[in-house]
Amino acid sequence: MTEHDIELSVNGTTHELTVESRTLLVHALRDELGYTGTNVGCESSTCGACTVHLDGDAVKSCTLLAVQADGAEIGTVEGLAEDGSYAPIQEGFQKEHGLQCGYCTPGMMLAADDLLERNPDPDEDEIREAIEGNLCRCTGYQNIVNAVEFAANEMGETASPEMTAADGGGDD
Amino acid sequence: MGIETIEADDLDVESVLGSAVERREDPSLITGEAEYTDDIQRPNMAHMSVLRSQYGHATINGVDTSDAEAMDGVIGVYTADDLDVPGEVPTGWLLDSLKTPAHPLLAGETARYQGDGIAVAVAEERYIASDAVDAIDVDYDRRDAVTDPKEAVNEGAPVVHDDLDDNTAFDWEIGDADETDAAFDEAAHTAEIDLTNQRLIPNAMEPRATVAEYKPGTEELEVHMTSQNPHLHRQLMSGVLDVPEHKLHIVAPNVGGGFGNKIGHYPDEALASWCAKETERPVKWTATRSESYLTGTHGRDHVTHGELAMDEKGVITGMRVKTYAGMGAYLSTFAPAVPTYLYGTLLSGQYDIPAIHCNVVGAFTNSAPVDAYRGAGRPEALYAVERMITLGAREMGMDPAEFRRQNFVPSDDFPHQTPVAVEYDSGDYEPALDKALEAVGYDDLRERQEELREEGRYLGIGFSSYIEACGLAPSELAGQLGAQAGLWESGLVRVHPTGKVTAFCGTSGHGQGHETTYAQIVSDELGIPYDDIEIVEGDTDEIPQGMGTYGSRSAAVGGSALATSSQKVVEKAKKIAAHQLEASEEDIEFENGEFAVAGAPERSMHIQDVAAQSYLAHDMPDGIEPGLEETSFYDPDNFVFPFGTHIAVVEVDPDTGEIEFENYVAVDDVGPQINPKIVEGQVHGGVAQGIGQALYEGAEYDDNAQLVTGSMQDYTVPKAEHIPTMETDSTVTPSPHNPLGVKGVGEAGTIAAPQAVVNAVTDALQPFDVDHIDMPLTGEAVWRAVNDAPDAGAEGGDEAIADGSGIDEDGGEN
Amino acid sequence: MYPDEFDYYNADGVDDALDLLDEHSEAGTTELLAGGHSLLPAMKTGLSSPDVLIDISDIETMQGISADGDGLSIGAMTRYSDLVDSEEVAEHAPALAAAAGQVGDVQVRNRGTIGGNLAHADPAADLPGAALASDATLVVHGPDGEREIPADEFFFGMYTTDVGPDELLTRIEIPSADGAHGAYAKKPSPSSGYAMVGVAALLDTDDDGITAARIGANGVMDHGVRLSPVEDALTDGSLDGDTIEAAANRAGDDLDVDMMMSDLQASNEFRAQLLEVYTERALTAAIEDGSSSVAAD
Repeated sequence: MTEHDIELSVNGTTHELTVESRTLLVHALRDELGYTGTNVGCESSTCGACTVHLDGDAVKSCTLLAVQADGAEIGTVEGLAEDGSYAPIQEGFQKEHGLQCGYCTPGMMLAADDLLERNPDPDEDEIREAIEGNLCRCTGYQNIVNAVEFAANEMGETASPEMTAADGGGDD
Repeated sequence: MGIETIEADDLDVESVLGSAVERREDPSLITGEAEYTDDIQRPNMAHMSVLRSQYGHATINGVDTSDAEAMDGVIGVYTADDLDVPGEVPTGWLLDSLKTPAHPLLAGETARYQGDGIAVAVAEERYIASDAVDAIDVDYDRRDAVTDPKEAVNEGAPVVHDDLDDNTAFDWEIGDADETDAAFDEAAHTAEIDLTNQRLIPNAMEPRATVAEYKPGTEELEVHMTSQNPHLHRQLMSGVLDVPEHKLHIVAPNVGGGFGNKIGHYPDEALASWCAKETERPVKWTATRSESYLTGTHGRDHVTHGELAMDEKGVITGMRVKTYAGMGAYLSTFAPAVPTYLYGTLLSGQYDIPAIHCNVVGAFTNSAPVDAYRGAGRPEALYAVERMITLGAREMGMDPAEFRRQNFVPSDDFPHQTPVAVEYDSGDYEPALDKALEAVGYDDLRERQEELREEGRYLGIGFSSYIEACGLAPSELAGQLGAQAGLWESGLVRVHPTGKVTAFCGTSGHGQGHETTYAQIVSDELGIPYDDIEIVEGDTDEIPQGMGTYGSRSAAVGGSALATSSQKVVEKAKKIAAHQLEASEEDIEFENGEFAVAGAPERSMHIQDVAAQSYLAHDMPDGIEPGLEETSFYDPDNFVFPFGTHIAVVEVDPDTGEIEFENYVAVDDVGPQINPKIVEGQVHGGVAQGIGQALYEGAEYDDNAQLVTGSMQDYTVPKAEHIPTMETDSTVTPSPHNPLGVKGVGEAGTIAAPQAVVNAVTDALQPFDVDHIDMPLTGEAVWRAVNDAPDAGAEGGDEAIADGSGIDEDGGEN
Repeated sequence: MYPDEFDYYNADGVDDALDLLDEHSEAGTTELLAGGHSLLPAMKTGLSSPDVLIDISDIETMQGISADGDGLSIGAMTRYSDLVDSEEVAEHAPALAAAAGQVGDVQVRNRGTIGGNLAHADPAADLPGAALASDATLVVHGPDGEREIPADEFFFGMYTTDVGPDELLTRIEIPSADGAHGAYAKKPSPSSGYAMVGVAALLDTDDDGITAARIGANGVMDHGVRLSPVEDALTDGSLDGDTIEAAANRAGDDLDVDMMMSDLQASNEFRAQLLEVYTERALTAAIEDGSSSVAAD
């Protein structure tokens, strides 16, 4: 068994910690660092409840060793709101009743944010495709789709014209 | 975009009830602040892991824990021999013929299903506890196993419990067999079906978890756990662990979905609690998803034969149902009620059927225990009913909508006594059907269906006119039916001296938004602003008593308890206000929180000021105690019976069995809606689970009783791409029984959807004479049904099957 | 949920990785860690329990996509998402681009790698068919240096390839499709998202019709296979529905249905049926849309 000294920047705060080789990133975040907003729903890399951002990309933190994330910038649900105001995606989930039990919600929002980063104006099919790695058992997804559309509209209104003109689609 | 939400700031007490206010639960859930059980950390906390039988049925010759005990970081390893407590998981519902074999916390000599607990390890870290369990050596002798409920009761089947003669857990019936047989003897037409209602895995996104802490100084055991009913868990666990009920404190923190899976008393939570006491360390146990699949209660698992009798005009004259219901290896808490009183009593559906008889044989099998899963008995009933009704219409050559309409209980026949014990409270079935027909554009659809068939495309329209029963009640009746608990609910409304309110309810939400809807109810009743009201659930030390959240009972029973308590508060406040306003109580009018003297509105007092006066108690009327809080234990007069019609419109590709939704319309009547947005969300989620059952889900065991759908990679939990956009609408028929007139919506979608989808697919495949396909309707199941159909290769069939060559004859469509 | 203990090494170069492989060849099981989306789930459920993990995902020389006039060179540790986003891949290897876009889900595509996919050789993975259709060459490094393996000779069977235990797949070279039409049509398992059947097609066309065709399929047999009868039927055929349909109907001609994959997701007979339908869909998509992917829910 080897241990590793690693450094993780979580929502902009740098943490130094020692992990076993086998420690999964999600357990380092939850058990070692106390970022319990990121949830664990399966062990087969299917449900996406553990989705975080790793250097800006949505990844499943249960399918990544903590040691692999050494030096990375991690974004979790705790970092979505800024200066006390919700990110558009959070606002969307609240306004559109995009959550019920809330367990999948952090991962769902981070996956949706990844989509909106790539494609600021997704259509319904693109949204449904983008969250295929995130399971929700409560909502039937319809209000999650609405929540993501809400966020896209919100971000579109505040974004510069150049940004809204960019079309991330085009692959179908 | 569906119903638009409004902000809490825009609410006023006049219109708070019925407003689609944003949920107050959300802020903590969308920021990561919400605390689920596994989020809880305690100083010096240890972790428990459970060794589970790898075999579906085996004799355990010995368990060697020595290697595990010797591992660094392992605190203790325990087997059945170490448990010094009563340790038998009780059954919460008894039937006359029910056999109740022992369900020990840990299997001693026999493992009866894959996942049966054999030993537990407690260690400093989760990973080490898991390592320790892997290091335990069990000497097994494998035995023959059985998992199919019908095969299980055959002579010669492997017997799950050695102390029983066979696997029959119960043999139960409802309705009049002779009258029903007579109806069939005289029937002009009959329809019949053999179907399975497959075993499902509930899949709440949060796996079950427990954090248990024993405090030797006070001898108190505090257990945070994923519970839908903490008081019930307290009562049951008190017996299992021999801890006095008043020394057991159970808290359900944020709970990530339940769907019935977190009702029952399982061994694991009790084992974690026992370990906490034994080791005098806080102990956490969190199920992995694999463990959840193996050991969490499953749902459904019926094998059914159903028959419908009709006269020459297609009027239904009788129904006969025989069902084999899998119980799994042990009786879970409410398991005996699910395929009996929650199933047989619903077989009349929305229809006026003079004679019904239903016989259910419950079977022990080498599989995970079966208990309530969203709908619990009612989806099984309505699936059977609505499949039979569809076949009945087909037998009569009648339009399925008109066949239903012809047989509906007429709107002037409520309350309606069915031949299967229950009395429907209120109903008006045609408007819901008509709304749904209009929403899908039914007449045009039938025309288009014809046109598309000419092109070799297969559109299908499926109906589900469903009934649902929620809020099982009253307690006296529940007791007569075998419940080992009352089914009332408690509500405590406490108005603080500053006029703010804390209201406590014995239900225990886990995603339903009770903190929002209950606050709407209390605000409406008291006339106190919504934001001044806090709702507390899920803590046995705070809430008087409770029965929990399941069976879509919370609004009808819990909400009514809070409404009743609020009304008592108003009554008392009225006395105080009258006294202080120097008027007689009869002259006081109460509206929107204001007590005013009739005819002199300037002489008034707000209820929040009355609260202050009630605690000052300087000037109280004679015989009235200080303070302003009231408790009620609300026991309803009857179930409530929501209903509705769902219509699925699908296109089926016979070459691949692929099913595409063109439309899904849900018209539900759940009574007056406290918060229409939350109702909409419940319908969406329920329908999604129903579609999951219809098309994707199904737990499968192999011949050795190994669960082959043991992970989310193998068991399909529907993804966003699998679920169509739904159109929802409603009619409103209040229940006469409860103060709010509300019914229930938590399970409606799950009860309604499966047969809507299956009826649609079989409707699409009528040119192939496919009348039934067992769920889930996977691509392969549909493709096989088309190819195996009697008409495969005959007229209408050959152009679309075999190699797909038919499709392009009409110009390369695909 | 919790992997067994192991030692982890992060290789900083191909030679380092080969040295680590050699060094730990006696230690028990050693696994190479790329994107980890097959390996880590297997380790978490106890199906795999290596003693040593050598992380090759950060090796600089195994990253990225470079294009010259003749084709593409793709580092084995290039992530799916980079393939999907790459204009070069879309232009020179359209079938691969389409297939990469169908792998798993967004999170998987953000971590999983082309090399991990091909070297793991899961029969239901999405890239073997595209590698075959794209006429890829797989470049492997070992103690004796570098060797090139044509995709046609790379896959041996379920989880087995021509890569030796002391070797490392370092890059994938693909000749430019040069204007050919590519597509990938997939029937995903609704639960796992893996391909029950996936068909990658690359069609060279001119004004008269199809001049050359390469068709690869995964999910059907225990390893990715070329559908030669389809290719033969298409070559020199016209660009119409009849040609495509007739060709697609030959998708299973060289394959023994009894040897097809058969599992909980789909029986071999159903796979044989899906293979024809999805071959037709891939061909139609390639012709109609130039380059695209098709997936059914």
